[in-house]
Amino acid sequence: MDASRRKFLAQSLAIGCSAAASPFVTPVTFASIPSDNRLVVIVLRGAMDGLDICAPLGEPVFKQYRPGLSKRDFRDLDGFFALNENLADLMPLWKAGELGFVQAVSTPYRDKRSHFDGQDLLEAGLAEEGGNVRDSGWINRMLSLIPGAEQDSAFSVGRESMLILRGDFPVTSWAPESRVDMSPHGQMLLDAIYAKDPLFAQAGQTALTLAAQLSMEQMQGDGDEEDAEMMAEMLKSMRSSQEAQQASGLAAFAAERLKEDTRFATFSIGGWDTHLRQDRAIRNASKELQAALLTLHQQLGPVWDKTCVLCMTEFGRTVRENGSGGTDHGTGGAMIMAGGAIKGRKVYGDWPGLEEAALYERRDLMPTADLRRYAGWAAHDLFGLSVGQIENTVFPGVDMATNPGFLR
Amino acid sequence: MEQSFATKSAFRFGYGFSPTDRDIRDIDDLLAQLRGPDHGVAQFAGPMLEERLAIQRDYQQLRNKMKKGDETVKDALKKATRLRNRMRGDDTRHLFQRAMMDGQGFRERIAFFWMDHFTVIPKGRAGNALWGNYIEEALRPHITGSFGDLLVSAVTHPSMLIYLDQVRSTGPNSPVGKRKKQGLNENLAREVLELHTMGVGGSYTQSDVRQLAELLTGLDFDKDGAKFNKRKAEPGAETVLGKTYGGDPAQRSHIEAFLRDVARHPDTARHIARKLAVHFISDTPEQSLTDHMEQAFLQTDGDLPSVYGAMLDHPSAWEPLGQKTKQPFDFMVSSYRALGVTPQDYKKPSNGQVNKQLILPMQFMGQPLRKAPGPNGWPEEAEAWITPQGLAGRLQWALSTTTQWGQDLDPRVFIDTALRELSGGTLKFAVSGAERRVEGLTLVLASPEFNRR
Repeated sequence: MDASRRKFLAQSLAIGCSAAASPFVTPVTFASIPSDNRLVVIVLRGAMDGLDICAPLGEPVFKQYRPGLSKRDFRDLDGFFALNENLADLMPLWKAGELGFVQAVSTPYRDKRSHFDGQDLLEAGLAEEGGNVRDSGWINRMLSLIPGAEQDSAFSVGRESMLILRGDFPVTSWAPESRVDMSPHGQMLLDAIYAKDPLFAQAGQTALTLAAQLSMEQMQGDGDEEDAEMMAEMLKSMRSSQEAQQASGLAAFAAERLKEDTRFATFSIGGWDTHLRQDRAIRNASKELQAALLTLHQQLGPVWDKTCVLCMTEFGRTVRENGSGGTDHGTGGAMIMAGGAIKGRKVYGDWPGLEEAALYERRDLMPTADLRRYAGWAAHDLFGLSVGQIENTVFPGVDMATNPGFLR
Repeated sequence: MEQSFATKSAFRFGYGFSPTDRDIRDIDDLLAQLRGPDHGVAQFAGPMLEERLAIQRDYQQLRNKMKKGDETVKDALKKATRLRNRMRGDDTRHLFQRAMMDGQGFRERIAFFWMDHFTVIPKGRAGNALWGNYIEEALRPHITGSFGDLLVSAVTHPSMLIYLDQVRSTGPNSPVGKRKKQGLNENLAREVLELHTMGVGGSYTQSDVRQLAELLTGLDFDKDGAKFNKRKAEPGAETVLGKTYGGDPAQRSHIEAFLRDVARHPDTARHIARKLAVHFISDTPEQSLTDHMEQAFLQTDGDLPSVYGAMLDHPSAWEPLGQKTKQPFDFMVSSYRALGVTPQDYKKPSNGQVNKQLILPMQFMGQPLRKAPGPNGWPEEAEAWITPQGLAGRLQWALSTTTQWGQDLDPRVFIDTALRELSGGTLKFAVSGAERRVEGLTLVLASPEFNRR
């Protein structure tokens, strides 16, 4: 492991620790960024199915493609698109114009449909994989262009080191020490690799349930006096971190920072890789996302009005339901936007339709716009970056075209 | 695909691959690790015995004062407590750091084997203060020498004397025994014969145990360390395994003489040979393998490198992998290594981090460090480890460890670093299909391919 990486780890460890002990560090006041606006980016890992979250029920063929998945109790949005039932609690935001969608967008990533490469490209904001993709993320490059931006201006929340924020500009991260969970798809893959080994297969069946429940309580019991003290201490920190690890916990921390000098916050929500029984499989991730958005809304108070939340994913999923009630890796997808700063109650984008000839490779939703264009216009409208800066530095090679005007 | 020599060496006789370690080329490459100095202890070791005892003593004295209501020692006690706790955390950390080193895998696996063979579960405060020293000074210098030296050193170390109650054993006819009406405690004597040397099937009798217990009286420990206390030693000679030892005055050398004899006993040779074979190669090792090792043991009077060499010489040692599973400690160390975490990366975690990242996960995985089920150490069979709880612990730790250390690793590359030709099509497919890097890496670490050896 090279020296810079070690240094980075040491820093994030130190920060993680001290911040976890006292998550709400004394606020330092400086209002040096000229803009008072906030941008929150939530990376939805695993490829969110935009057609299930913001479903085109108005398409006559939709039900034919998805006989099982179209049976949901969708909530009507605009007479054509409808919202997944697991996000129903967001309807008040929609009605208030504080929730919107962009359909048929994607990054420039095509064809190989690998999560790792797709997420890298999404966070790097670049057009081509390989090369320097993991060197810097687009939020970091954006920060370097904003006069007066400081280290506290951007925060990543959670234990991951988010590529989207990585780069030369110093940023801060806050990491609750805690458990992490395997996504439903990851659990399926695990079952598959255990299938041939009876010992692992047998233990694996209950192991996953247990892993999710591992609690300090089980560990208490015998032990000498100093062990008991040690355990009590660990129990305390584990409990608080378990709460913080939920997406709503991350959102709550982000909200605290955004109420101060922080202008950018980012975290991720996984669990979107729904190859099997998507009717159920998408539920957890959706509920986490819903809780995160509601937490931001509630806790930001008046700052919510200056906030734009963009939820983006590495690619969409197949238009057709697969043989196991799920969907497979696709291309075009949806972006979710929220916040008082947006003009919501609208599904943006150039809808290509679902007729077979209109699909990408006759299987995926055709992307009609680069999702970086939307993020770019957000940077333009929220922080005053020029189109040139965005096209050259933040999202090299993006065609900004005309402003879709989704910000108030 | 055929498993290479390097892969079998790394899994069966080491702590797996690391991106920086060089491949083992032949048997002598493994044995060469045992010939040099102990690089592990040279780099990662706690204080020497005297300093440990001093730290413990300071702490104890201040604590007693505080208990009696002397508030003036409060700050000093705080400091002494920190020093003491730190030492304990460091002992755990050093255990991992040594095992994580490149170029030392076989030697470190051997060190763990003997730590387990001569299990000490630290009892009380002194026990914890001495545990690291027991490993570093009493065991490790002898694991590349003769079994007799190792046996004497392990059995007479204060840690062992405390753990197996030797400090409570008094010759009933000794001055102390008569005055205080104290008597024998057979615990250490029994375990020396049953566990450390001849094995439970060995040709010893209850009378041998009793006689050995008498012979061992006088081995004692106080705040300055191990000592021979003549006033607790049973007078007269003892006959153990048909040979008479000691006589008046009782001396520590009488005990050593017995230990060196029993160390060469054919039952001991058989017991140690089988135990090594079971630990490294198979729960049901070939008779020809254990015979071969036993012969090497007997022919060299227990020269351990010769015994290890005999194990490596035998064709069983190079059968395809998969007959054993990694114990949790092995799993963690080999995961760190595969992820490219170096011992130096692990420099100074706080005690809290040691607890969260090492101690607690080991408990979840079923191997609470310092708390083996008994003096017989940890179980060997796969079924004892790959339980729902144990596997859950491995998964949870793998998720959080790859989150911390693996964020820049591509799982499709990592699978080759960690498993080389051992990764099958299903695993490769699953790993490249994971929705996040961390899950891809976790699948590799949680796979049967990585956990079996």
